Amino acid sequence: MKNWRKHLGVILPILVVVGLAIWPTLVDSISVREKAFTILKAVALASSLNILLGYTGYVSFGHIVFYGFGGYVGLYFLNEQGWSIWASLLIAGISAGLLAFLLGKAILRLRGGYFALATIGVNEAMKALINNLDIFGGPVGMTLNFKIYKTYGGAAEALNMAFYIMAGLALASVILSYLVRVSKFGLGLLAIRENEDAAEVMGVVAPDAKTWAYVLSAIIPGMVGMLFFFKNGNVEPHVAFPLHASIELLVMVMLGGQGTVLGPILGAFAYQGMRGYLVTSDFFKDIQLSVSGAILLIIVLFIPAGAVGWLRHRFAPLRRVLP
Amino acid sequence: MQQLSLLLASLPDGVLLGFVYGVAAMGLTLIWGVMDVINLSHGSIISLGMFGTFFIFVKMGINPYLGLIPVAILGLLLGIVIYFIAVHRIIDAPHLSSLLATFSVNMIIIGVATAAFTTSPYNVDFNMGTFDMGFTTILGTRLIAAIIAILVTGALYLFLYKTRPGKYVRAVTNNRAAAELMGVPSTQILALSFGIGTMLAAISGALIATFFPFSILSGAHYELKSFVIGVLGGLGNPVGALFGGLILGVLEAAVPAFMESSWVPVIEFGLFVVILLVRPKGLFGAKE
Repeated sequence: MKNWRKHLGVILPILVVVGLAIWPTLVDSISVREKAFTILKAVALASSLNILLGYTGYVSFGHIVFYGFGGYVGLYFLNEQGWSIWASLLIAGISAGLLAFLLGKAILRLRGGYFALATIGVNEAMKALINNLDIFGGPVGMTLNFKIYKTYGGAAEALNMAFYIMAGLALASVILSYLVRVSKFGLGLLAIRENEDAAEVMGVVAPDAKTWAYVLSAIIPGMVGMLFFFKNGNVEPHVAFPLHASIELLVMVMLGGQGTVLGPILGAFAYQGMRGYLVTSDFFKDIQLSVSGAILLIIVLFIPAGAVGWLRHRFAPLRRVLP
Repeated sequence: MQQLSLLLASLPDGVLLGFVYGVAAMGLTLIWGVMDVINLSHGSIISLGMFGTFFIFVKMGINPYLGLIPVAILGLLLGIVIYFIAVHRIIDAPHLSSLLATFSVNMIIIGVATAAFTTSPYNVDFNMGTFDMGFTTILGTRLIAAIIAILVTGALYLFLYKTRPGKYVRAVTNNRAAAELMGVPSTQILALSFGIGTMLAAISGALIATFFPFSILSGAHYELKSFVIGVLGGLGNPVGALFGGLILGVLEAAVPAFMESSWVPVIEFGLFVVILLVRPKGLFGAKE
């Protein structure tokens, strides 16, 4: 490839994800695989959210609604209709994207804090709705028929496969995030972030661009949700739509640097690593939430651009390799 | 007919609770109106208010209604401290910053309080008798809480419309830059508004604790209700919040008469999103 230098920026993010995917095989440990799974899940979700939050500048506080909704729909088809995991993943992604499209048409008209509030409302309304739907099992949710694992070579094999699918989803989300970042469409999104009215004057069709950004940021979370519930073996409304998980995603994107490709990946790493350390350390165990809160506050107040944003700002040559 | 009697039985309770919810929402919406900040530490402060009642009544044996005074003062001071530590630096930054800053305050409070009180439920065993109204009975604690809620709203109204600092608060709400040019000390006013907002949250928590069991995490539940009420009454319109609270209380009491009570949150949050879309200034706000 002649112009590979132009795409230097995507190499590091891809290497990180691939590294995470082969890490468990290298050390041959189940607990490492679980750890890597959590990080990959966070990478996939945070990178997806970044398309809306970082590029377009719309703060979605209820992004986990796509994870929960897609997951529910996917698991329903897998469990009740006997679809294969691949078809279920696909339908999970499609349903999350469709939900985002319909929602986007309505609530993306709202700006700033009003949009953030509306996304919280959507998440809570969806959680309460699913709680009442009998086909999804109502408040007790759905339990996976464990025979399904047999189709994929038993539980151990199925979990192993879930790990590699998750790695694939993380990779896909990172590549998607990069493609959006360098495309003309992405440029339009960045323009919306800076000044929506000016962007419209310059010819960006803001309502459409925003809706598609919302859809793109919703598809992979839907698939991730489905995969996670498949791995967990069950799903319940309050597990599928945790508002605090939405906020954790925001924190990851913020930590690493919103609007950059590498940022959410770093943020996911740092956040999961920090949490893992705080929860297990003797000293911080009881007040781990407070310590995370204090760290977040310091970042918000003093390094609002996040780690990658700060590096880009301080070291201009890095801007080429850290999109 | 059965539905009607059910409705009659639950409606007065809903109205009374609605007033108390209204106070919580008033704090949220005041802060939103004055400085355009959605205060995500609101819920944890409601919880702290609940524990305030617990300590004052259960540990010190003081009447919880008398205890509202120290709870209010501490709430005011806590709010001012939070403002200067977490909010002042990012007051002009994009929404994400203030959302995350107040959320991190929320995490800090919940973390410390969880270490101190755990997340298990607490209960304040406090009784003010009941009033039999024929078709229903009303708990004395809820009646008094509703009366206090109305008094608090009245006091807030008098403060905003009859005093000089209140006038400043309204001026900053309207146009901060212009208010500064007129010599309004905007930083102090912003801090004061934030303090009053958290004070109202603490008071509502203290009132709720007199009739509902609670834990350090229950504040989050009332915070979500406050969002709904704030939007119903018009974000930034503190007095409208009382009516928003009333609507929510009536809704919560009326819906279970017609369908399963698990549908209440679906209707609440559905309504919330719809009103945000069609009447972002609230039901009583000016049309855009």
